[in-house]
Amino acid sequence: MNRYLLGTAVAALTLSAGGAFADKSDDTLRVAFTKELESVDSYYNSAREGVVLQRAIWDGLIYRDPVTNEYVGNLATSWEWIDDTTLELKLREGVSFHNGEPFNADDVVYTVNFVADEANGAVTQNNVNWMESAEKIDDYTVRIHTKAPYPAAIEYLSGPVSMYPNEYYAEVGPTGMGTAPIGTGPYKVVSVDPGKHFVLEANTEYHDGPKGQPEIGRIDIRTIPEVNTQLAELFNGTLDLIWQVPSDQAERIEQMGDFVVSNESTMRVGYLAMDAAGRSGADNPFTDLKVRQAVNHALDRETLVDALLKGKSTPIHTACFPSQFGCAQDVTEYEYDPEKAKALLAEAGYPDGFKTEFYAYRDREFAEAIASYLNAVGIETDFKMLQYSALRDLNMKGEVPISFQTWGSFSVNDASAMVSQFFKHGELDDARDDEVLADLDIADSSTDPAVRKEHYALALQRIADQAYWAPMFSYNTNYVFTDEVSYAPTADEVLRFHEMSWK
Amino acid sequence: MLRFILRRLGLAVLVALTVSFISFSLLFLSGDPAIAIAGEGANENDIAAIRKLYGFDRPMLLQYWDWLSSALRFDFGESYYFRLPVADLIADRLSVTMILGVCGISFALLLAVPLGVLAAIRPNSIIDRVALFLSVAGQAMPSFWFGLILIVVFSINLRWLPASGAESWRHFILPTIVLGYYAMPAIMRLTRAGMLEVLSADYVRTARAKGAPEGLVLFKHALRNAIIPVVSLAAVQMGFMLGGSIVVESIFALHGAGYLAWESIGRNDLPTVQALILVFSLFYIVFTFLADVLNAWLDPRMRSS
Repeated sequence: MNRYLLGTAVAALTLSAGGAFADKSDDTLRVAFTKELESVDSYYNSAREGVVLQRAIWDGLIYRDPVTNEYVGNLATSWEWIDDTTLELKLREGVSFHNGEPFNADDVVYTVNFVADEANGAVTQNNVNWMESAEKIDDYTVRIHTKAPYPAAIEYLSGPVSMYPNEYYAEVGPTGMGTAPIGTGPYKVVSVDPGKHFVLEANTEYHDGPKGQPEIGRIDIRTIPEVNTQLAELFNGTLDLIWQVPSDQAERIEQMGDFVVSNESTMRVGYLAMDAAGRSGADNPFTDLKVRQAVNHALDRETLVDALLKGKSTPIHTACFPSQFGCAQDVTEYEYDPEKAKALLAEAGYPDGFKTEFYAYRDREFAEAIASYLNAVGIETDFKMLQYSALRDLNMKGEVPISFQTWGSFSVNDASAMVSQFFKHGELDDARDDEVLADLDIADSSTDPAVRKEHYALALQRIADQAYWAPMFSYNTNYVFTDEVSYAPTADEVLRFHEMSWK
Repeated sequence: MLRFILRRLGLAVLVALTVSFISFSLLFLSGDPAIAIAGEGANENDIAAIRKLYGFDRPMLLQYWDWLSSALRFDFGESYYFRLPVADLIADRLSVTMILGVCGISFALLLAVPLGVLAAIRPNSIIDRVALFLSVAGQAMPSFWFGLILIVVFSINLRWLPASGAESWRHFILPTIVLGYYAMPAIMRLTRAGMLEVLSADYVRTARAKGAPEGLVLFKHALRNAIIPVVSLAAVQMGFMLGGSIVVESIFALHGAGYLAWESIGRNDLPTVQALILVFSLFYIVFTFLADVLNAWLDPRMRSS
């Protein structure tokens, strides 16, 4: 709380300080990260900051336009499914990596075979383990073999899977790639001070791909953990762009009028997970459908969005983000009705409510608001805030009756990245519903988009009817930058330096 | 004297070993590091693979023995988080922390000792009151608040000093003031109390009675005795600054060892945490040792005991 008050003080005291001096003069955009990025090698980090650097330094085979969601070629110029598990791609000719190594089929084969091998320990296996191997047909033709039919392949090839130079990567490995990254992307890396400082420089020989040519000459990124310090640096002109700014502070900066404040939705969805399968004890109340429905009726999603999340957040009723392929929106919705919630609890045999442990790992203020809604209908919460890994540990052991969770889907615009992650009887599946599993199996592996849509809809409808989760809201993020920068943030929480320019 | 020093050193090694063993056991109990390494997007197969890859499925004592035998060769393994050698990582971060710690404790001593002496010479005078006010303020003000106020005044409004980073000596001025000011009150109060006690002692009265100049009485007879507990306290404060300046390092984006330790705990980055605990405990041991030597030099009575 004090920190927020202080934000007001910082904002108020600096109102008189006037506009910032420009960095346009030296063609350098100064940006802050909040978190220390573990490794720049995009296969060895699971951070948002890593995605930002990945999109600047490397290219994927395919590119998804962040506004129209249309797929176009990037390092590949065309692609075709030869059979259910073989994708053949024609590669772009005349592309070079930042170190001069030419890009060709050998790079694709090496990259795919390296990351798909579990022994190499790519951090987010989900992004790569659908690939079996890659095969060179000629210098500019490759085939990627998937382990099973995998229709979301195009989405992954346009997102987390980017192409590395085979000779260089074989020589330096992930550690070397993390400290001296080499890609084909619009920005070259000048220096990496691990976790602290990253300097990029426009790639003047960037190929004529869908990302377009970079306009800003130099990007200087420093990690500044404290948001108030970031604001101070923005005010005195030593930073040009910050993001993930808390909503109340963003509102105040907007009132000052010296900076552009832009709010965009993200794919992150906040939800309550309930132990419907009874893993935390067969007598736990959440095994009862009526109790789970009561929880869903107890939450005022509109007010949570308006009062806490603000910006472009919206109430969510599905176990996926609405823009994702297959994320059917016509499922059962539970309106805010505390009386109905109490009645349902009474019907379930808890006329006086009950007491339960309630866990969360981030956004304490949201979790507390949610707990108060639960308390209001008689569900007394013993609130416990844990580190992500500790909560996940408990969850995998099945010791969590109800928890506030969030999921960002790695910005993958396909429902499989969320609903299939949690409802296919894995260790994090609290529902373990065979019907849902059967539908998801069909939806995840069918190559017919209509069939996929139909079965995701069936699975999502059953999840909603059974109230396995209480989906609540989507997240948003605030971008704040000097009015000399021209940039339109996109709805996927990725900063795209190549789309920025000076006014 | 040599035997005394050797025995103290042997004891120090035992303390360091005990600290490292206890911290290893506690970290071992605190959660599954494989889950933290795998990150938010991983599924159970990823986690199982990582557990095996890093050897978390082996008995704890075996893991501790492996760590210890490599640590003796200055090989602290690779950070799970950064995938870089822990020794390099710590060497990089420690330099910032050392500069900050030395500047901070110097600032604190330069401010606290003269103030404490002045306050003791004229108890209840206006100087004493000002000193009291400064120390109460230093004790009461949270570092993050003080740090941000300094940033607002000196970086934003006056634009004299940079707000964050560690590129030049100018970057260290504000953090030094915040860190040093936080350590100042205890040193000042101890100096004042020590001086007051000593100034009323018989030998000071004797020195004055025989006509020694006041400066000589104050600095040779009084301060030299009063400063002994201050030296011990400053040594502990210094150890604290090297390991515990998390807030200051975070506000001024200094990326020092304290901040690294704090973040590494949250990331379950065991090799980094382990190595840092060892380094920090060695700092405490070294500083306490140096303080004892310094005190023995100041007070000949301590040399014999």
